[in-house]
Amino acid sequence: MKLSSGTIRLIIPAASLALLLAAVFYMQPRAMSYTGLNLLFNLAVPIALATIAQMLIMSVNDLDLSMGTFVSFCACVAATVLQNSPLLGVLIFIGAIAAYAGMGVLIHVRELPSIVVTLGMSFVWGGLAVLLLPSPGGTAPSWARAIMTAKPPLVPMAIVASILIAAVTHYIVMRSSFGVLMRGTGGNDRSVERAGWSVIGIRAATYALAGLFAILAGIALVGLTTSADANIALRYTLLSIAGVILGGGEFVGGKVSPIGAVIGALTLTLAGSFLSFMRISPDWQIGAQGAILIVVLALRLALNRLEKREKHQ
Amino acid sequence: MTEPLQREEVVAARAIKVTFGAVKALDGTDLVIHSGECVGLVGHNGAGKSTIVNVINGGLSPHEGTLAYAGQEVHGISAARANGVRCVFQELSLCPNLTVNENARIMHAELKGWNWRSRASELVRRQLQKIFPGHAIDCDSTVDDLSIAERQMVEIAISFAGLNQRPKLVILDEPTSSLDAGLAAQLMAYVRTFIAEGGSVLLISHILGEILSTCDRIVVMKDGHVVADRAAREFNTHSLVEAMGNVVREQEFSRKATARAGAPVLSMPPHPRHGIAFEAYRGEMIGLAGLGGHGQTDALLDLYLEHSSNWWPTRKRDIAFVAGDRSLNGTFPLWSILKNLSIASLSQLSSRKMVSQSREATLGAGWKQRIEIRTPDMDNRILSLSGGNQQKVLFARALATTASTVLMDDPMRGVDIGTKQEVYEILRSEAANGRTFIWYSTEMDEIRLCDRVYVFREGAIVAELVGDAISEKNVLAASFSEGEAA
Repeated sequence: MKLSSGTIRLIIPAASLALLLAAVFYMQPRAMSYTGLNLLFNLAVPIALATIAQMLIMSVNDLDLSMGTFVSFCACVAATVLQNSPLLGVLIFIGAIAAYAGMGVLIHVRELPSIVVTLGMSFVWGGLAVLLLPSPGGTAPSWARAIMTAKPPLVPMAIVASILIAAVTHYIVMRSSFGVLMRGTGGNDRSVERAGWSVIGIRAATYALAGLFAILAGIALVGLTTSADANIALRYTLLSIAGVILGGGEFVGGKVSPIGAVIGALTLTLAGSFLSFMRISPDWQIGAQGAILIVVLALRLALNRLEKREKHQ
Repeated sequence: MTEPLQREEVVAARAIKVTFGAVKALDGTDLVIHSGECVGLVGHNGAGKSTIVNVINGGLSPHEGTLAYAGQEVHGISAARANGVRCVFQELSLCPNLTVNENARIMHAELKGWNWRSRASELVRRQLQKIFPGHAIDCDSTVDDLSIAERQMVEIAISFAGLNQRPKLVILDEPTSSLDAGLAAQLMAYVRTFIAEGGSVLLISHILGEILSTCDRIVVMKDGHVVADRAAREFNTHSLVEAMGNVVREQEFSRKATARAGAPVLSMPPHPRHGIAFEAYRGEMIGLAGLGGHGQTDALLDLYLEHSSNWWPTRKRDIAFVAGDRSLNGTFPLWSILKNLSIASLSQLSSRKMVSQSREATLGAGWKQRIEIRTPDMDNRILSLSGGNQQKVLFARALATTASTVLMDDPMRGVDIGTKQEVYEILRSEAANGRTFIWYSTEMDEIRLCDRVYVFREGAIVAELVGDAISEKNVLAASFSEGEAA
C-alpha cells in the first residue's frame, strides 16, 4: 500500500521520540515506571497545549511570537484572579480569546505580517502579566492542581493528557469541516474565498481557538507549578514553534499535524531530560537541544527530497 | 444569429466597464450566455478574457454596466454560486495540502453534516467516472501527491459535480492546458453531453480546434471589446485568427537589416521534445512573443542564470535584467530614485569598496536628462514617481551598467503610451550602439519593434519571424495551435 504524505510526515517525529525514549530508558532503567514516566513528561502537557495553539496559527500561514508571554499572562490570571473570583477570571479569559480573534481579523484585513502584530502583542501580554503579579506568587486553583496531579490507574496523567490532547485536536483539525476550511485557508486562501467562504471569519475563529488552547496551557502550567510568575513561560514561544516543526508541520501551506505537534512537544521535553541523564552540564544543554533539533529536521529534509525525487521519476 | 426560440439567459453582462488604473480592461463589453449553449471565448493576451470571467463569477465588481443572473441583478461570489455559476481557473485553484474529498467539501458548502467525507468521495468519484472514464484517481489522496493533469481533472470534476443543484454555467479557463489529447477529447465530449442536458459552458482555450469543434457560438475579444460574436460554424481557424488580430493598421518601422556578425552573444538549445533553438547576435533586438505564461519568462531566467553564477556575485556582469513586476522584484520602495538607479552599477562607481557620491550623482543627473525622469530631485523617494517613470528608472538601472545584453520581462505592463514611445527610442539607439536586447512582451506593438521574434507555445519556441514577417497575424497563428494538443 502506498503511504500518504501525511503518514510519512509522522514517521520521523514518532521515530525520534521512540529513539530518545529508548536512550533514556537505557541510561536510567528506573525511568521505566509509572512515577518515572510521569516525571519525564509532566512538563510536556502545557508545552503540548501551547504547541497546538501555535500549530493552529501556523495552519493559516501565520506565526505567533506572543505565545510565551500570553501563556505567562494566562498562568498569572489563573494563579490570581481565577483563584480569588472565578467569574472575573473566566471573563478575562473570554476577553483574551476575543483579543486573539481580533488579532486574526486585524492581520487579515490590514494584510499585516502576523510576526509584527504578535510581537507587539507580546509586550502587551507581558506588561499585563507584570501588573497582575509583580513578584512570583499566587496560588493554583485547587481543581487545576487536582487535574494535573491526578493519578489514573496504569498510565500516568501526563501520557493520558497528551493522548487526549492529540485525539481532540486531531478530530478538530484533521477531521472536522472547520479544520478543512482552516487548512484550506493555509493552502490556498483564494480558492476558499472563491468558493464563497468568509476567510476573515475562518481566520478569526482559528485565532480564537488558538487563544483557547494557550489559556489551557497557562492553567495546566499553574496546576503543575502551584504558583506563577510573569516570566514563567517565556521560552514557550520558540518551544512551540520548534514543536510544530519537529512534529512535521510547515511554516506555510497549511501543512500541519496535531498528533505530530504533540509528539514534537514530548520530544522537546524529553530531550532536556535526556541531556541531564547524559550528565551534560546545563551550560551546554541548550546548544545540545538545538543540535537534536537540527538532526531531526535534517532527517526530514532528506526524506522530503527522497519523496520528491520518487515523484519525479 | 436568428435563434428561433427564446432561451433563458443564465448570465447577462451588458456594457461592462472595468478599469485598472489607467488601463481599460473592459470597455463596454457585452456577454450573454443562454442555457444549453457552449460559448467559446478567444482573444490575445490582455484582451480582457480573464477580466470578464472574473466579473461573471462575482470576483470583480464592474465599475459600470449591468450584470444579471437568470434575470436578477445581484453581485458577489456567493450570488454567482447561488445561481449555479462555477469556474475552473487557469492556474490550479485547489488547496494542495488537502485531500480530494476535502477540496470537494470546500467547493460544495452543502456537503455538511455526518459522514460528509464518504459522500464527498462518492460525489467526486462518480463525476470523474462520468467525465474521464477509466481514470485512476484515489479520492483520499492529497492533491499534492497527484500529477498536474490529475489535479486538473479533479478540479473539473468538482466543478461539474452537483449535490442538490447541478451547476448551470461552468466556466472553463484553458481546461486542457495540462491534459493530454485523450483526456482533452473526453472532456470535450462531456462538455457536449452537459450542453445537451441543458447546461451551459463558457470555454476559453488557445487551441482553436477545440473551440471550433465544441462551441456553438464564438465570442472574440480584443482590447476590452467584443469584436466578433457569431455562430461557430461561420468561423474557421483562419478567419478566427484574423478576427483576433489587427487586419489593417500597418505602421512603418525602420527595422535594420540584421547583420549576423560573428558568433551569437546568447544561445539556448531547443526544448527537448519540440521547438527550435534560440540565438541572439550583437546589436539585435529580439522579441519573445506568444500567449502569456508559455515559457517566455522561464527562458529569460534560464538565459540570465546561465550567464551569472548564482553562488557568488561576479564583479563585472555582462547581462542585465529588467523585471516586469515592478513592485514585486523591481524597485526598492524605501530608497531614493538615485539609489534605485545606481544599485546595479555600484562597483563601477566605487573605488576601494566605497561608493563615490559625486560619481553617483553625475550618473543620476545624466540619466535623468537622457530618459527624462520627471522629478525635481533625484533624492526623492522612488514611490513619488508615477508607475511609468518608475519603470524608466528600472530601464536606466539596466542601461547604466556595462552589460552588453539586457533581458526584459514584459517591462511595459501598465505604462502609458507616451512613456513607452520615449523608452522605445532609447532602446533603439542603445541597440544601434551594439547592445543586445531580449524582450518578452505581451503587446503586439512592442513585438513589432523587434528585429527578430521567437514565438513561444507550451514552453518551447515554435516559430521564428524575421523582418516583415513579424505581424500580428503570424504571431497569433503561431501561438494558437490548430488542434493537435501537446
